[in-house]
Amino acid sequence: MQHTLEQFFRALRAADVKVSPAEAIDASRAVAVTGYGDRTLFRDALCSTLAKSADEVDRFEGVFDSFFSRDAVAMPPRSASDQGEPSAEDMAATESSPLAQAVLQGDNARIQQSMEEAAARAGVADIRLSTQRSRLTRRLLEEMGLEEIERIIANARRMPNGEGQGLADRLDEARRNLFTEAQQYVARQHDLYAAGSARELREERLARKQLNADGGVDPVDYQLMQALVKKMAKRLATKYARRRRAAQKGHLDVRKTLRRSMAHGGIPFQVEWKVKKIDKPSIVAICDVSKSVAAAAQFLLTFLYSLNEVVDRMDAFAFSGRLISVNDVLDDNAVEGAIFKVLQEIGFQQTDYGRSLQDFAEQHLESLDRRTTVIFLGDGRSNFADPRLDIMRQIHDRSRAVIWLNPEPESYWGQGDSVMNRYARFCHVAKQCGTIEQLERIIEDVLRSYVPH
Amino acid sequence: MAQSGFQRSISKDRILTTSSPAAANAADPLASVDALVEGLGSVGYIASRRIATALFMAVKLEKPILVEGSAGVGKTELALSTAKLLGLPLIRMQCYEGLDESKALYEWKYGKQLLYTQILKDRMGEALADAPDMDAAMDRLHGMGDLFFSEPFLEPRPLMKALREEAGCVLLIDEVDKSDEAFEAFLLEVLSAYQVSVPELGVIKAKTSPLVFLTSNNVRDLGDALKRRCLHLHIPLPEAALEERIVAARVPGIEAKLTRELVAFVQTLRTLDLRKSPSISETVDWARALVLLHADSLAPEVVRDTLNVILKFEQDIGAVEPQVVELLHKR
Repeated sequence: MQHTLEQFFRALRAADVKVSPAEAIDASRAVAVTGYGDRTLFRDALCSTLAKSADEVDRFEGVFDSFFSRDAVAMPPRSASDQGEPSAEDMAATESSPLAQAVLQGDNARIQQSMEEAAARAGVADIRLSTQRSRLTRRLLEEMGLEEIERIIANARRMPNGEGQGLADRLDEARRNLFTEAQQYVARQHDLYAAGSARELREERLARKQLNADGGVDPVDYQLMQALVKKMAKRLATKYARRRRAAQKGHLDVRKTLRRSMAHGGIPFQVEWKVKKIDKPSIVAICDVSKSVAAAAQFLLTFLYSLNEVVDRMDAFAFSGRLISVNDVLDDNAVEGAIFKVLQEIGFQQTDYGRSLQDFAEQHLESLDRRTTVIFLGDGRSNFADPRLDIMRQIHDRSRAVIWLNPEPESYWGQGDSVMNRYARFCHVAKQCGTIEQLERIIEDVLRSYVPH
Repeated sequence: MAQSGFQRSISKDRILTTSSPAAANAADPLASVDALVEGLGSVGYIASRRIATALFMAVKLEKPILVEGSAGVGKTELALSTAKLLGLPLIRMQCYEGLDESKALYEWKYGKQLLYTQILKDRMGEALADAPDMDAAMDRLHGMGDLFFSEPFLEPRPLMKALREEAGCVLLIDEVDKSDEAFEAFLLEVLSAYQVSVPELGVIKAKTSPLVFLTSNNVRDLGDALKRRCLHLHIPLPEAALEERIVAARVPGIEAKLTRELVAFVQTLRTLDLRKSPSISETVDWARALVLLHADSLAPEVVRDTLNVILKFEQDIGAVEPQVVELLHKR
């Protein structure tokens, strides 16, 4: 049974329920207490030890149901003409193949057992990709002894006067049914064990995809992207949530004072104050949603949205021709709705960086201070309007850090109407950020080393 | 689905379970999951099998149990009822932002420490008077033992108290998601080994592991390390039948018809897109209010007048009020 549990953990991991060795041990201990007799009890015990969130509970139940339901082989009953026990001649002719005999007798339990044994030998449970399915089906059937059946069929057909014809037809039909069964079996194993690896593959591909390419992100991948971006945004937020500054508050720390005073016979002549860790970093994010970044706007806005979810003090702005505050939109809507509303309100117009910076300066420049990090998301293409570098300089001077994430590669900066190279002078970090992978790298490395503390 | 109720209200299916073999050892609520469901029922908590199983595993595996679910589904109540059932003392720790170990674990009794130092100073001369030289005096000083940081001066806080309960106890760490991440990390040692390290004293280990409940409202995601150390239990909002049982149990003297109507109405409300869906505690409060108003059925005016009991946001009330009649007919 331990082996079955291990297989079950594998299936769970494939369904993205994290099962660490420690949890596996707990689950085994839990099972030792409950035993296997009561299915609900068994399930609930495993569930409480393995699934760690409401979401995981759902996935756990799905996997549990498909894993622990033994879907018996349901070979169609033999046709009416040959009901009853197979004839002695048939049995004699198929003596060399237990499988053929089981098929002729309609012994589903034996077929099932032989299929599971064969599956273990063929390594069906190691399936990784959907393309492996037909090959594994073939191997499974071979391990079950299909070749022997085929040989018997061939022999029967060669028999004189067609007397083996009936047997051959029956076996032939059985063979087709077996094939369908094997296919379904492999498909189920694929669903159990490989669903996760397919997702990993998609995630990997998505991470490298240029998000400002034509068409942007596939709707299919959209949710996946949101999850990835959210993870990134959370990483970024925790980086900033590090305790950076300890301020002295006017409270006497009695405990420390006393300890220190011990050296002087209990006379507290060195007073210790309570030190409170203050940590209120704030982020101002400004996102370009104009025509020129149309394809990447969704990605940028998703990032903006996720950032807004994970950072307590964040002010979000979006602009194309003019700049507006989008805090309320992001707070009140789900991610798709929020993106749609932002784009509807201000998206896809002519970019005017100068104008938008001026709007920003009027609304928000005052509130920038040395704890504020300003993040620009945009391509820095200003349609030859005045880029207002003076405002950019002010933003740079007032805030702790200015980070510019640009979906275009660096070689394009300064080409055509791009003023990115000029803006970059006032940024602590200016990086290309066109794929999720790049975003990840920026968050991992660049922020750590470049952002002044 | 976790609910509480008085014993007298418990309906037929409970009587059925009474005749099951589990009831034979009803004296020991930890004998089986059924016995535990039974026992919780007897202290006023109507638990689903899933809840009881999680609790059962927590006791058998000596692991803390993390209870999640929206506000008012009976998370805290579960811990209270368990303590009552097992006859163990309940030690409760409410988490909040800025909670630190001096409030959660221990503190030194500064006043007494000061007095002790005074006494020490007075006695010091006496004790060291006959020492021939400085070295001997130091030796003697070392030999006297340092009581300054010792158990008598220790002021135990909830966690420490729980570990020092000889016969075990139920420790409720309420709303752990409200505490800081640093505090969460600090909890890890307590939760996995049932011990704490006090630098001045060494490791303090529980003689009997306390039964630990952590509750969370999902204000923030808890760390994996913490989750890994706990069993997980998610309490969803109850289905109509269960909720009726709870209301009947919690509000004595309510008419069956009114119960049915108001539960159906609340269940309909939960399907709407509201900022805060009414949970069980709201249903119960509402039922109480209606009983006080002597309402025997749900009339639209009564519902409108008492809507503020179940809905906690002005926008929600504004959204529901115009459609009250419609919603009442819908069910």
